[in-house]
Amino acid sequence: MSEYFQMGGHGAYVWSAYGITLAVLIINVWLVRVKRRSALLRAQELATQAEVPRKQPTVRRLQ
Amino acid sequence: MKLPRWFHLLGSPPHVYRLAERLSPWLGGLGCALLAVGTVWGLGIAPTDYQQGESYRIIYIHPQTAYVGMMAYVVMAVAAAVGYVWRVKLAHAAAVSAAPIGAWFTFCALCTGALWGRPTWGTYWQWGDPRIMFEALLLFLFLGYLALRGAFDDRDKADRVTAILAVVGVVNIPIIHYSVEWWNSLHQTSTILREGGPAMTTDMLIPFLIMVAGFTLTFYWLLLRRLQAEILEREGSARWIRELVAEGAR
Repeated sequence: MSEYFQMGGHGAYVWSAYGITLAVLIINVWLVRVKRRSALLRAQELATQAEVPRKQPTVRRLQ
Repeated sequence: MKLPRWFHLLGSPPHVYRLAERLSPWLGGLGCALLAVGTVWGLGIAPTDYQQGESYRIIYIHPQTAYVGMMAYVVMAVAAAVGYVWRVKLAHAAAVSAAPIGAWFTFCALCTGALWGRPTWGTYWQWGDPRIMFEALLLFLFLGYLALRGAFDDRDKADRVTAILAVVGVVNIPIIHYSVEWWNSLHQTSTILREGGPAMTTDMLIPFLIMVAGFTLTFYWLLLRRLQAEILEREGSARWIRELVAEGAR
């Protein structure tokens, strides 16, 4: 078993490469989740506020 | 020319949000399952390489993460171009969403490449090696794109200016791909996309391709989830978002 993990002396390289890749995937999933959650919270905040009437376009006289 | 209805709907934020909601679980589930199967296969079942020994097993993650990083850049550039030319806001949102994921995957490709280079070439990093330099440039294009966005307070302006950077930078993609053929590089030449078909036996090729599919699906899963958040941020208090929140979206 330990022979398997040594990977013919290259174990350190192979396992750390897989470890980094796994870490990058986990970080990405976590970052997306944080972004999504804060966007939804913000949307909830906006939804509880009274509906703001649409801004009327201002009319400007051409010079 | 009349374009089909579904094509027009791709410009509609509520439609794309709901489409992403439906597709994401499948992409995420299938992507992670393929990655799990491919990792076990690549690390445990695939035979040892006759030349590189066991260190070759990085081949099941390094080319895939590099390829996903490049694909992310192409997705970003195409979306940015569509947003710039046809002024589709959703396309800009997609471009912004692809950038950080692409940066992470490119970072991962550089790290796994270094860890493969040490036992194979005797060095982690070689300044001036074309493949390594252009791949590093890809990372800096992503980071530059994100930094440039940060320099603007106005989102529309940021969208338009960074779109130009994204589109110009796309020339780097074919350069990365052909760098191992155009110049003498430490990096080995393509194993799969070469004349005469893949230079790999089937028992190595199957887990290799499983990992390609796994990383690709995982990328699109992350992209859609990020795009959803980006849409929520951009659309703010649109009525459909109020309804979505009222339905108890989480």
